[in-house]
Amino acid sequence: MSKKILLDKINIPEIKTYEVYRQNGGYASVEKAIKTMSPDEVVEQVKTSGLRGRGGAGFPAGMKWSFIDKKSGKPRHLVCNADESEPGTFKDRYLMEFIPHLLIEGMITSSFALGANLSYIYIRGEYMWVYKILERAIAEAKAAGWLGKNILGSGYDLELYVHCGAGAYICGEETALIESLEGKRGNPRIKPPFPAVSGLWANPTVVNNVETIATVPWIINNSGDDYAKIGIGRSTGTKLISASGHIKNPGVYEIELGLSVYEFMNSDEYLGGMSSDRPLKALVPGGSSVPILPADLIYKTANGEDRLMTYESLSDGGFATGSMLGSGGFIVYNDTSCIVRNTWNFARFYHHESCGQCSPCREGTGWLEKVLWRIENGQGREEDIDLLWSIQSKIEGNTICPLGDAASWPVAAAIRHFRDEFEYHVRFPEKIKNRDHFVAEPFEKVKHLVTKQTV
Amino acid sequence: MKVTIDGQAIEVEPGTTILQAARMIGGESVPPAMCYYSKLKGSGGKCRCCLVEVAKGSDADPRPMPKLMASCVTGCMDGMEINSKSSDRVKEARESVTEFLLINHPLDCPVCDQAGECDLQDLSFEHGKSKSRFIEEKRTFEPENIGPNIQLHMNRCILCYRCVMVADQLTDQRVHGVMDRGDHSNISTCISKAIDNEFSGNMIDVCPVGALTDKTFRFKSRVWFNKPYNAHRDCDKCCGKTTLWMFGDEIQRVTGRKDVYHEVEEFICNGCRFDHKDPADWVIEGPREFDKDSVINQNNYTQELETVHIATEEGILKGREQDRKKISMSAIPLAKEEGEDFKHGNL
Amino acid sequence: MERTHYKQEINMTEALMNRINELISHYPADKRKSALLPVLHEVQDAHENWLSIELMDKVAEILQILPIEVYEVVSFYSMYNQKPIGKYMFEFCQTSPCCLNGTEDLMDYTCEKLGVKIGETTPDGLFEVKGVECLGACGYAPMMQLGDFYKEHLTKEKIDQLITDCRDNKIILHDK
Repeated sequence: MSKKILLDKINIPEIKTYEVYRQNGGYASVEKAIKTMSPDEVVEQVKTSGLRGRGGAGFPAGMKWSFIDKKSGKPRHLVCNADESEPGTFKDRYLMEFIPHLLIEGMITSSFALGANLSYIYIRGEYMWVYKILERAIAEAKAAGWLGKNILGSGYDLELYVHCGAGAYICGEETALIESLEGKRGNPRIKPPFPAVSGLWANPTVVNNVETIATVPWIINNSGDDYAKIGIGRSTGTKLISASGHIKNPGVYEIELGLSVYEFMNSDEYLGGMSSDRPLKALVPGGSSVPILPADLIYKTANGEDRLMTYESLSDGGFATGSMLGSGGFIVYNDTSCIVRNTWNFARFYHHESCGQCSPCREGTGWLEKVLWRIENGQGREEDIDLLWSIQSKIEGNTICPLGDAASWPVAAAIRHFRDEFEYHVRFPEKIKNRDHFVAEPFEKVKHLVTKQTV
Repeated sequence: MKVTIDGQAIEVEPGTTILQAARMIGGESVPPAMCYYSKLKGSGGKCRCCLVEVAKGSDADPRPMPKLMASCVTGCMDGMEINSKSSDRVKEARESVTEFLLINHPLDCPVCDQAGECDLQDLSFEHGKSKSRFIEEKRTFEPENIGPNIQLHMNRCILCYRCVMVADQLTDQRVHGVMDRGDHSNISTCISKAIDNEFSGNMIDVCPVGALTDKTFRFKSRVWFNKPYNAHRDCDKCCGKTTLWMFGDEIQRVTGRKDVYHEVEEFICNGCRFDHKDPADWVIEGPREFDKDSVINQNNYTQELETVHIATEEGILKGREQDRKKISMSAIPLAKEEGEDFKHGNL
Repeated sequence: MERTHYKQEINMTEALMNRINELISHYPADKRKSALLPVLHEVQDAHENWLSIELMDKVAEILQILPIEVYEVVSFYSMYNQKPIGKYMFEFCQTSPCCLNGTEDLMDYTCEKLGVKIGETTPDGLFEVKGVECLGACGYAPMMQLGDFYKEHLTKEKIDQLITDCRDNKIILHDK
């Protein structure tokens, strides 16, 4: 059994409730921080821990905290990003639904560290029942004196509220989230200024993912050094992985960073292998935005080293032969799945979720979807594959926020690793009429048709 | 602070953006701007036309910036070195943005009142290709009537948000905005409400394309057949300084005075714009000059016209009456016999 | 774009107003606009799950903002409906991880069973089937959202049961 930090108490009955959570050592980090530490000492521990933002970008959390503008004297805010909507990711929801007080405890300790007196949890609107769970949990915490004025007699005040979104993936981008929290359309802001200087209501703001904040109590209860001992290199600590697709045991797992992909995929403690006897075809290791890996690059990197569940190992080889840990949305595909259809599906998602503010993303995502749809439906042209490549390269890097990149990468990776499958769609339109075309006749069996034509 | 753009150095005040610095230098290094408008707070950053390459961040931190930066919203740093026109990456990015802006654009310039003074035309002339790779069906929107003065053609819109900012910053009760999201974002009042605020007409001037045009000028003339004059009048609502677009003695359109970057010098009120079409209302100062490549100069007094000799009908291009007939403006009352001639195409 | 104007009966009950005022109190006094998204959810839930122009105007009035600011926001977010919809909206997640586990077939089945196409409401106004983007339940596919709740690990049998339960008025849509 590997070390559990976030989910160690998840199986305790009624851990959802304040009483049980408290009886099991809950809110100890708040006590420790407020009574025995200065805010800067808390920040220092988080810095030492090497904890990296768990929302996808992997930016060191302690460093992000240290950027917050304390000189201006403006009120500061901590906002928890619970707008989890990256396809393949459902870990934050699990955490909030089953152990809500862990997040609230983390919010209090972290707000104390940042000197924030008004903090919010921004949860996606679809998680309405989780919103209610959090609201009730906050009320319980407040009744027990962990929130409000003069917490534990320290003179530190904190109000914490949940704010719900209403269906927009883009609000997971921190500046769009802030706009949305201000009651506006979720259009990402142009940076600089960064939220640490001018965020919510133009006040200094830190936005952190649920999992990041939920990790803080453990770091404070133990120490940054203890946390840094878990994991490998710059990938310290544990990570929640949401696993879905063609696997035996889909669900949320807490792993120590550094576990091998092979073990995670195949051990009974984790995914337990494929869901049926169909072979593994591809893997998206970190949510829909990250590049898809073909079977031969999943367990081993291009250098022949074991592929590990770390930020570094998953991105080994760059985009040519690697991918990213991202948000930990682990999507597994067997040979019945069609990469073109999957890419079209993701393109549709980004097209639907683009805010429409900047031209490359607004126009490009729709174009990608339309071309992919044609190819998937047997109306593709040979030149469409290069066209797709060109469109994605024109979006990437030219947009205001990372949604443009997120829309481009899956398309680029699919063409890079599965070009022959696109060619098959273009050249044999009658064979792909049915949307389940690879169920009866997996691509491996018909691959020779494409190769023959190329020769 | 010293910044260098395409090898040309300039001293700027802190807080100057790269685009502003480039405009101070002038010439070919000035990035195109479809959404930035210096007179509108918070504009810019959206169209991505003005992307530039920052080859050196500053003297303090000389690392290059990995991504291309939107020059209109990126501040200059001391010692910054920027490549605009001189960078292939920038050139490619501008071509890409131009292509994106055009794929769903109706390309209806022949019937668009903005043609001739359209920033998208200029952009495509500079960075566009003659062939489109987009074979899908273009996106279209249902028309919406936004009142008697302003014509909205949503299909032409590039979502620069300038008109929304005009409404926010110049008028007190904004009634239009951006609805929906993604590639279906559209400018709308949502309830088909007339936009009738006193300064709403400035939406037309700030619109870089033909999405918002002057209804009182609709289909009246191509802009290059008009002769633009600077004029003013005493107005208690605005500066009263305008450009009159004339056809003979007729004022066909009134706009703000646009500078070399197509930004108005000062905003004007709807009274001046829509309700004063009698030359007697105005003091005419003289011809309005435009940048040398503008098609508007085709018919401008400021450039010396070569006399065109046509052997058969000598001098037919000279003089106002002949002009009118030549371009077949049917709205102009013709004398009875002239009308008959006109009908038979026998001018 | 010109929009069809649908009529709706507005009923701002005391309970609803109390909840709205509570939500407003979560933000600084001069930032009432921040309460817009949560307030719209409450108002929509209390008005058959859609928002008419009049209702949006009412929200603008309560939050002391311009009506257009409300229209802009409502049209941006996918969870707000601007026209009457079926009472029981089956919102299937149709993003790739769910599709790997048979969502598309299940959607076809549901549509066939209800005799509607995607986006149509049944003649009795009870049901509507919609495909939505990732709901964050990829490991529990196929799944759908019904009101405030998720129905996961769906099968044809479970769909049949759900339809029956809806008809028998046994389904709770909102957790109030």
